[in-house]
Amino acid sequence: MRKRRDPIKDTAREVRVFRARSLLAALLVLLMAGGLGARLFYLQVVEHDVFTTRSEKNRVRVEPLPPTRGLIYDRQGKLVAENRPTYNLTIVRERVQDIDATLDRLVDILGLDETQVDAFRKRSRQRQRPYQPALLMSDLNERQIARLAVNRYRLPGVEVEAQWLRHYPTPKIMSHVLGYVGRINEEELASLDSGNYAGTHFIGKTGIEKQYEKALHGQAGLRKVETNARGRVLRELERTPPEPGKDLTLTIDTRLQKMAYDLLDGRRGSIVAIQPQTGDILAMVSAPGFDSNEFVTGISYKDYQSLQENLDLPLFNRAVRGQYPIGSTIKPFEALAALQNGVVTPQEVIYDPGYYKLPNDSRHYRNWLRWGHGRVDLERALAVSNNTYFYTMAHRLGIDALSSFMYKFGFGEVTSLDVQGASSGTVPSREWKREKYGQVWYPGETLSAGIGQGYWMVTPLQLATAEATLANRGDWVRPHLAKRVGETSVEPPFKNTKPDVKLDKDVWWDDVFNGMEKVVSGREGTARHIGKGLKYDMAGKSGTAQVFSLGQNQKYDADELKERLRDHALFTAFAPVDDPQIAIAVIVENAGGGSSHAAGLARALADEWLLSDDENTHQAEELIKEDVEVEGT
Amino acid sequence: MKGLEWRRFSRAPADGMGRKRSLWSRLHLDPWLLLLLLSLMGAGLVVLYSASGMSLAVTLGQASRFGVALLAMFVIAQFAPDTLYRWTPLAYCLGVAMLLAVEIMGDMGMGAQRWLEIPGVVRFQPSELMKLAVPMMVAAYLYKRSLPPSMRDLLVCALIIGVPVMMIMRQPDLGTSLLVACAAVFVIFLAGLSWRVIGLLAVLLASALPLLWFNMHEYQRQRVLTFLNPESDPLGAGWNIIQSKTAIGSGGVFGKGWGLGTQSQLEFLPERHTDFIGAVLGEEWGLIGMLVFLALYVLIVGRGLFLANTAQDTYGRLVGGSIVLTFFLYVFVNIGMVSGILPIVGVPLPLVSFGGTSSVTLLVGFGILMSVHTHRRLLPR
Repeated sequence: MRKRRDPIKDTAREVRVFRARSLLAALLVLLMAGGLGARLFYLQVVEHDVFTTRSEKNRVRVEPLPPTRGLIYDRQGKLVAENRPTYNLTIVRERVQDIDATLDRLVDILGLDETQVDAFRKRSRQRQRPYQPALLMSDLNERQIARLAVNRYRLPGVEVEAQWLRHYPTPKIMSHVLGYVGRINEEELASLDSGNYAGTHFIGKTGIEKQYEKALHGQAGLRKVETNARGRVLRELERTPPEPGKDLTLTIDTRLQKMAYDLLDGRRGSIVAIQPQTGDILAMVSAPGFDSNEFVTGISYKDYQSLQENLDLPLFNRAVRGQYPIGSTIKPFEALAALQNGVVTPQEVIYDPGYYKLPNDSRHYRNWLRWGHGRVDLERALAVSNNTYFYTMAHRLGIDALSSFMYKFGFGEVTSLDVQGASSGTVPSREWKREKYGQVWYPGETLSAGIGQGYWMVTPLQLATAEATLANRGDWVRPHLAKRVGETSVEPPFKNTKPDVKLDKDVWWDDVFNGMEKVVSGREGTARHIGKGLKYDMAGKSGTAQVFSLGQNQKYDADELKERLRDHALFTAFAPVDDPQIAIAVIVENAGGGSSHAAGLARALADEWLLSDDENTHQAEELIKEDVEVEGT
Repeated sequence: MKGLEWRRFSRAPADGMGRKRSLWSRLHLDPWLLLLLLSLMGAGLVVLYSASGMSLAVTLGQASRFGVALLAMFVIAQFAPDTLYRWTPLAYCLGVAMLLAVEIMGDMGMGAQRWLEIPGVVRFQPSELMKLAVPMMVAAYLYKRSLPPSMRDLLVCALIIGVPVMMIMRQPDLGTSLLVACAAVFVIFLAGLSWRVIGLLAVLLASALPLLWFNMHEYQRQRVLTFLNPESDPLGAGWNIIQSKTAIGSGGVFGKGWGLGTQSQLEFLPERHTDFIGAVLGEEWGLIGMLVFLALYVLIVGRGLFLANTAQDTYGRLVGGSIVLTFFLYVFVNIGMVSGILPIVGVPLPLVSFGGTSSVTLLVGFGILMSVHTHRRLLPR
C-alpha cells in the first residue's frame, strides 16, 4: 500500500495550536460558568421573592370550606327549602390514561350528551392546578351510581362526589315567593366576594333566596393544607370552620299559600294576604307557578324556552310585578279622601240617574247600572259600587288631591321590606301625565280615575298592603316575607318607614268600613253571594279592571283572544272588621266581574285563616263552584 | 503504519525529564483530578439522598455504581494512549454496528429504542459508547493528518461524525446525538480548525435550523416551544420548567435546607433525582450550594485541560481536551436547562444525577485523560 504522507507534520505547531485553543476553551468555560452563575443569581436573589411566593402557592393550598345554606321554614315551622344530598361525577384528568376512551365509556354507561362532554372539556382546561377534579355530570341518580360502581375498576380517575343541592318540597306554589338558587354565572362571579364564595356553587337568583342571600349563604371557612404535586393532602396547617347560613322563617303560611294557589285553579292571577297588625305576608301567590327545582339542577334550554313562551307567563311574578288597573277597589280609599278633604259628609245623598255629566260637557259618564241607583249616600255607594257617586267625588276632589291621598296607602311606590323585584305601579296626576306624555290632564280623566280605570296601575301586593293599612285604620305596617332570620326576629311593624294615615275624624273609618261590610253582607252588596253563612264580619270591595289592549308578541287563536280580552276580576277584603286578622287582595285575570269571580276566593281564604277546622264548613269553595252571575263591578 | 509503531512506546519507566515517578504516576492516576472527582461524587451523593426522598437504597445504589465507575476509570487509565489509539477504530465500528442493531430491533419493536439487551445478562446503550468512541475516532483520524485540518479532512470527519449521530438522532435521542456531535467538534476545534471555517459552519448551522425543525418529532418541537413560552402550557409541557425555576428561585442564597425543599420533597419537581437534581440542589442548598458545585466543575475542567496539555501526542491532547469540554457541556446544558435558559433535553448533571451508565462513561473518559497524562514515552516525537 502506497502511503501518502502529509508534506510536513509540525508537532510543535500542533502543541502551540492546542495550547491556544484549550486556553480559549478555558476562557469560554469560565464565561459560560459565569453566565450560569449570573442566571442563578437572578433566580435566587433578584427574583427570589417571586419564586418563594410561587413555591408557597404550590405547597400550601387554601381549600374553601363552603357553609351549608340556611333552611327556609314557613311561619308554622314547615320546611319549604331544604338541602338534599346529591352525587356528582368528577374526573381527575391526570389519573386517566386515555381520556377519550374514558369519556366514550361514560357516555355509554350514563347516556351523556355532547354538550355535557364539551362542558367537561372546557372545565378541565380551566383548572388551576393538576390533579384538580373537573365536573362531568351533576345529580346522578341511584341507577347511575350503581352502574358506575360496577364499572369502577375500568374507570380510574373517575370519582363520585357528594354535594348538597337545594330542594323545594312545594315548588309550584312557593316558586314566586322563594325564587330559586342556581349555579353562579360569570357576571355574578365578578361582583361576589370571591373569598366567601370560593367553595360555593349556588347563589340565590330570585325571590327570598336572592333577597336573603347573605344570611342564607353564611360565611365560608377555609383550611390551609400542605399538598404534594398530586394534590394529596399531607397535613392541615390551619383551619377556620365555616359559619353555616342562617335559617329563615317566613311569614308565609304554607297551608294558606297552597289554598290560595289551589283556589286560582289553573287560572292566571294572584292572591296576596297580609296580617294587618304585623305586615306579615301570609300568602303571596302568582299563578301559574313553575317548578323551581328545575332551575337548581340547571334547566334545559328547551324547557326554559317553553316556560318563556308560555302565554300564561309562569315565570312572571304577578303578585309583585303584575300591574293592573285598580278598578272599583279604589272606592273605599277614594271615599276616605273625600271625607278627609271635606268634599262630602257621610250623610250627604247624591242622586244617581245612571250617569254623570261634567258641567259644560255633553258626555255621559255611566254607572254600571244603566238606570241608576237613585239616592246614594257613602255607605250605599260603596255597597253597590256606585260609579256616579264616585265620579262626583273625583270631580270634587280633583285628580291631585285624590292621588296624593292614594300615595299615603303605599300606591305608586315600593313599600315592601324584602320582596324582590316589586314594581311601584302608577298613580296618575297632572304632573305625572305632563312628565310621562307631555300632555295636560283632562277633566274627563279625573272621572275615569275616580272609578279606578284609566292610568291607575297597582300590583296585587300594593293592593293588599293598602287594604291592611285600611284595616289598621291608617296605621302603617311594612309588608314583609321574613319573620325570623336565624334567631333574630324581623320586628314589625316597621314604624317610621311611612307616616300613618291620619283622618280628622276617626269615625270616618267606621263609615267606610260599614259600606264595605255591606258589600258582602248588605241586601244590595255586589258580593252578597259570598256573605252566605259568614261567621264573622268581613269588609270587602269588588273591582273590575278593564283590559284595554293586549301585549305585543302574543299569539292566540280566536277563542283565546276572546278569553283574554275579558276583564280582570278584583276583590279586596279584610276581616274581622272589629279586629282585623287578615287583609286580602285577589286578582283573577280575564275572569270578568270581580264580585262574581274573585270574591269567593277571598272568603275562602279568610275562612281558612279565621276559623278553626271544625268551624270551617268550606262553604266558600262551594259558592265559587256555583259560578254565580252577579251584576256590579 | 510502520512510522506509527516506532514512534510509540508504552510503559516508559520515567517521564521525559528523567525524574523518578511518583506513586500516583505508577498508578496512572492524577491525585488532584481524583480528589476533585471524589469531592463532587461525595457531595452529589448527599444531594441525591435528599433528591430521592431520603432513599438509602437509591443513594447506596448510586454509590456502588460510582464504585464500578471508579474501577473502570482506574482500569482504563492503565492502558497506554497507544493502546487506546489502536482500539479506537474497532470501538467505533462496533458502536456503529450496535446502533444499527438497535435500529433494526427498534423497527421490529415499537417506539423509541435506545437499549441493546441480552435479557438477564446485560443491557447496554450503544449511544453511550459513542460519546467516547466518536471523538476518539476523529482524534485518531486527525492525528495522522497534518494540522490544522484541510477541507478534505473535515469532510472525512463529517462522515465519521455524521453516521452515528444520525443514527442516534433516529432513535430518537436528539440530546445525546447533539452531545456526541459536540464532543467530536471539540476535537476538530482543538486541532486548530480555522476561524474562517468556524464562521462558515456557524452560518451553515443557522441556516440549517429550520431544516432541523421540520425533521424533529412532535414532542421535540413541543419542548422547544415550551422552552420559549412555558406559561403556554403550565400543566403540561411547561410544568417542568416552571417548577424547576420555582425550586431554584425559592432556594434563595442559603437554600431551604437539606431535605427541606418543598418543591423537591412534595414532588412538584419532576425527575428530581435524575435530570432535575440541579433544581433540588438549588432549592435546598441555595445559591451557595450551586456556586460550590459550579466551582467544582470548573476546577475539574481546569485540571482536565491542564492534563490534556501535558499529553505527549496530539491524539492524547485532542481526546483529553474533548472529554473535558464535553464534560463541561453536560454541566452547562443541564444547569441551563433546570434554570430555564436552555430547552429541556435529557442530559444528566454529571456525577450528581442518579444513573450508572452516564457515570461510567464520564469516569472512563477521565480514565483516558489520566492515561494520557501519566503514560510517557522515552522518546519525544
